[in-house]
Amino acid sequence: MSITSDQITHIARLARLKTDPEKSEYYAAQLTRIMNLVEQMNQIDIGDTEPMSHPQDAGLRLRADAVTAEDQREDFQSIAPNAKDGLYLVPKVIE
Amino acid sequence: MHEKTVQQHAEALKKGEYSSVELTTHYLDRIKQHESLNAFITTTESQALEQAERADKRIQSGDATTLTGIPIAQKDIFCTKGVLTTCGSKILEGFISPYDATVITKINDQGMVMLGKTNMDEFAMGSSNETSFYGPVQNPWDTGKVPGGSSGGSASAVAARLAPVASATDTGGSIRQPAAFCGLTGIKPSYGRVSRYGMIAFASSLDQAGIITRNAEDAALMLQAMSGFDARDSTSLDLEVPDYMATLEDSIAGKTIGLPKEFFGDGVDSAVADAIQLAIRELEALGAKTVEVELPNSEVGIPCYYVLAPAEASSNLSRFDGVRYGFRAGEYDDLNDMYEQTRAEGFGEEVQRRIMIGTYVLSSGYYDAYYIKAQKLRRMISDDFTRAFQKCDLIAGPTTPGTAFPLADKNDDPVAMYLNDIFTNSVNLAGLPGISVGAGLDEAGLPIGLHLIGKYLDESTILNVAHQYQKVTDWHLKAPGGFA
Repeated sequence: MSITSDQITHIARLARLKTDPEKSEYYAAQLTRIMNLVEQMNQIDIGDTEPMSHPQDAGLRLRADAVTAEDQREDFQSIAPNAKDGLYLVPKVIE
Repeated sequence: MHEKTVQQHAEALKKGEYSSVELTTHYLDRIKQHESLNAFITTTESQALEQAERADKRIQSGDATTLTGIPIAQKDIFCTKGVLTTCGSKILEGFISPYDATVITKINDQGMVMLGKTNMDEFAMGSSNETSFYGPVQNPWDTGKVPGGSSGGSASAVAARLAPVASATDTGGSIRQPAAFCGLTGIKPSYGRVSRYGMIAFASSLDQAGIITRNAEDAALMLQAMSGFDARDSTSLDLEVPDYMATLEDSIAGKTIGLPKEFFGDGVDSAVADAIQLAIRELEALGAKTVEVELPNSEVGIPCYYVLAPAEASSNLSRFDGVRYGFRAGEYDDLNDMYEQTRAEGFGEEVQRRIMIGTYVLSSGYYDAYYIKAQKLRRMISDDFTRAFQKCDLIAGPTTPGTAFPLADKNDDPVAMYLNDIFTNSVNLAGLPGISVGAGLDEAGLPIGLHLIGKYLDESTILNVAHQYQKVTDWHLKAPGGFA
């Protein structure tokens, strides 16, 4: 199989990664090689095996919906790229 | 001092042969002296000396544990409060963690002394430590060779005697492969044994914390301190942790070792194959029996892994958006452009590659063909191990097909790099414990790793067998030239 640079442009947009035609070309060639490795899965007859999402089918444990953490907003916002008055600042989305 | 193991340091500290401050100063000096290895991203000198002073007081007051006062290097994947935590990535530039990972808390509670944060492949994605934003790490056995990855800094630091022990993590082989390349002991426990809270996520159903040490005894001691239930990790196992030290001295006579023929094929270097055969003879001389087992789907372990791990990574890494912490691009047009520029500038090439693979296999129209198929294969691989373990107590083979390769050798070929983990990553898919121990040197003097895989939750057996092997061999006592 082969992945085209147009497909890379689409995937990169879904993944929020800036790309340009040159980069897309480069990644297309590399992802093609990786997906050819992945295609080796098709050698195996998987029949009606159930998918396994966690090792040993360990499920997620539920917990009580209770407040356990103290308020650490100041600590968290002190390392933000741009925060002010308790808010994270980003470019305007609504004019 | 640095020739000593964790256990030996513990005895010396207890006897008062030296203080934790003296020991810590010695290691900090060595780290500075061997800076060119690039094993550390950050050293935490002043905090280390404060911790060492506190440890000395604990020892004097009789309030110490075995590990109190012993220095440790922490992989930079673990969040450490008040200390830069980068995960080897530019995107976490300036991220001074506001909290500690559970592993860090548990180790701090023992009174151990953190020397610094070790270098690693970016987001643990790599097998050579060359994807780190902070540059490649050298292997002390040959500084022109890679130390393995992703826990390359941890392995290099312990091999060069810059720390007696280092924490590490393993998603597809990231503890065991660097331990093998650096002649060390590295254990990845069963999935769920050690808390993942505060350990920056790569592939959540595969990630597991563990430890790199010089011998199995130290590994048992450290794993004991790190393991146990944590309510803050939703996949943490609420089970009692066995006493790993208590069974180290058990005889291995009568234990059955499974040898999968798939691990002894043409792809393995002859020096590695020969060393592993010799190691198996040693175990037989100790009374262990061997039996051939089959892992028929192991050849598709790599393709299966390279669907599931990137899929989970693409989801986990969506949180790095330049809004709440870390790096934000300098120039952008609007919010979407800010995300895209930040991520394209902040993530390295291998990480972007894996995010794109993951996004692709999860995207509409491809989900069933890749992601679901890989999950089905995962079950088949896991079932193969279950069947094999009906015939044996543990499985043995080489950790890697070859020894450490030259720096920059496989950089242009991601697929060749991925094949490094051929024997290790199926163990993560099944959630089993695995350990690598030094079992020889090749003709160039580079270490070879013996890989022991245990039944689910049975770290005790592989630690026991590794320890008994080390009692009759001396590979674990060898130090790289210039670092003894």
